[in-house]
Amino acid sequence: MAGQFQRVDERNRSTVRLEIDRVPVTALAGDTLMVAILTNTGQLRASEFGDGARAGFCLMGACQDCWVWNEEGERLRACSTTVAEGMRILTREAPWPSPA
Amino acid sequence: MAEPGMSQPGMSQPGMSQPGMSQPGMSQTGMSQTGMSQPGIVVIGAGPAGIRAAARLAEAGLCPVLIEEGERDGGQIYRRQPPNFSRPPEALYGAEAAKATALHRDFEALRERIDYRPGTLAWAIRDQAVLTVRGARTESLPFRALIIAAGATDRIMPVPGWTLPGVYSLGGAQIALKAQACAIGARPVFMGTGPLLYLVAWQYAKAGVAVQAVLDTTPFATRLAALRDLAARPSVLLRGMRYVLALRRRGIRLATGITPVAVEGEGGIVALRWRDKAGAEQRSECDAVGLGYGLRSETQLADLAKCRFAYDPVARQWLPELDEDGRSSVAGVYLAGDGAMVRGADAAELAGRLAACAALADLGQPPPATEIADLRRALRPMNRFRRGLEAGFPWPAQLAAGLPDETIVCRCEAITAGELRRAATDLDAPEVNRAKAFSRVGMGRCQGRMCGLAGAEIFAAARGVPIEEAGRLRGAAPVKPLPMIEEPGP
Ligand SMILES: Cc1cc2nc3c(=O)[nH]c(=O)nc-3n(C[C@H](O)[C@H](O)[C@H](O)COP(=O)(O)OP(=O)(O)OC[C@H]3O[C@@H](n4cnc5c(N)ncnc54)[C@H](O)[C@@H]3O)c2cc1C
Repeated sequence: MAGQFQRVDERNRSTVRLEIDRVPVTALAGDTLMVAILTNTGQLRASEFGDGARAGFCLMGACQDCWVWNEEGERLRACSTTVAEGMRILTREAPWPSPA
Repeated sequence: MAEPGMSQPGMSQPGMSQPGMSQPGMSQTGMSQTGMSQPGIVVIGAGPAGIRAAARLAEAGLCPVLIEEGERDGGQIYRRQPPNFSRPPEALYGAEAAKATALHRDFEALRERIDYRPGTLAWAIRDQAVLTVRGARTESLPFRALIIAAGATDRIMPVPGWTLPGVYSLGGAQIALKAQACAIGARPVFMGTGPLLYLVAWQYAKAGVAVQAVLDTTPFATRLAALRDLAARPSVLLRGMRYVLALRRRGIRLATGITPVAVEGEGGIVALRWRDKAGAEQRSECDAVGLGYGLRSETQLADLAKCRFAYDPVARQWLPELDEDGRSSVAGVYLAGDGAMVRGADAAELAGRLAACAALADLGQPPPATEIADLRRALRPMNRFRRGLEAGFPWPAQLAAGLPDETIVCRCEAITAGELRRAATDLDAPEVNRAKAFSRVGMGRCQGRMCGLAGAEIFAAARGVPIEEAGRLRGAAPVKPLPMIEEPGP
């Protein structure tokens, strides 16, 4: 699906490559993770309560509806995290490794 | 009021790391052998209010700590774009460009003279100390004086389908554009009420986005009736009218007195359904919706500081009780800007400075009496204008009762209006905190920032009581979810 967000300006920035759910995508330096994801696709995450897809809401760090994770299991708020080259983002929380 | 040299109980919180960073006031007082320091002056929020407060304290020779959650200063209205973006201030801030530039420039000059901590969240206030976290590091900052300038967020009334990808708060829609040069969709509709509705729609149109419609829940006659108070600030009123005219001239559909029905789509948006003022159902095709009904003050921190609140009938919200200069009911705690009362950016700058003057007076460094009198006088028309805004763009409380039971109210945990109504009636919760315990509405990770006001209206309507009897959702620490915290060292 096409991206939800549309760039309207500031297109002349260097590009940044990252992976979202193991799929390589391109973003621009200075993008938030939310913009990096939503210029590439139509949703950000699935609600853990089974009511469907979500794509953030407030963009100002208040609603907490844009959580994604890195492969280390660290939670990131997509609206207030800046992209970096080589990021590997998961839109679902990786299950904790089960104790041996 | 706390005296210098009091004990700092906040310093020994279990689970706190002691990163050994300097404490507030360190540059002047030095650190004692135990790593303790004199309690300092702390300002929370680097928006217009917090910056002006910190600047006034620095003018008096103090070195306040300024805590800001974001990576950059400026707050909401004067939010800065990332350093590698190149749009000029006129493109970002329009008519407010000169004020934005002045605030940013003054802040650059200020930041070396204060203890500025960007990227740092104030997550609790406890035992006369502010607890902060930056990354995984937490710290406790004991204070003698604390100015809270935490700003506001959009005031949201849910509508069926509002959790679909593509629905954003109006403020969020503006942030996408201002801070990221992105539109929330190619064909957005803006719905709600308030000056931000027309401002954001106009900013989108000016950026070349195909705005489909601007739908205002306020009937035109209501707006007219508030004109006298809105005229307290004629230039602001005129500017608002110009945005409406500019939208109309571009042929964008404008409607007032509308009733939202539902956002349509599955996994994304295809249309917004609404009823016009005559009651006929309309359908606007779109791929995004910006939604907002004015602003709500961010008051959790004042709650944690144990400030007394009172129901404010103008805003239909519970707000911290303040004197004219921003003193709360707790000695040494002051509030300024939209976080105290939504009066906009110009008032926020004045109120920030005034709160700093009040703090200085209480610290025994009284500012000139004329300064305080001038600030108070400048703020007076802002109060009348605020009444005009709330009356001319009222929060559509009446919509709460009509929301279908299946509508999600709490987007954190997907709790519906029906579940909340059952807590209010079948389970007989007497006020919202009890209803929250029963239904979990307001218990999610946003702490009721998105659903709290609407939830209270739904609750009050279900019980048939006035909103002020529904009570007030209490804030809890941490005010936002914390990252994983480092264990304290051995
Ligand atoms: C999204 C949005 C857009 C707006 N756009 C406009 C506009 O275009 N024109 C207009 O006239 N008005 C606008 N407003 C109204 C605007 O809020 C005020 O005009 C002005 O910004 C208020 O200044 P302030 O200093 O009180 O708060 P803000 O500018 O909101 O600043 C508060 C600051 O406090 C920080 N903060 C909050 N809580 C914490 C915490 N716990 N720890 C650390 N830091 C914290 C925030 O990150 C923020 O930077 C907007 C409001 C919002 C919410």
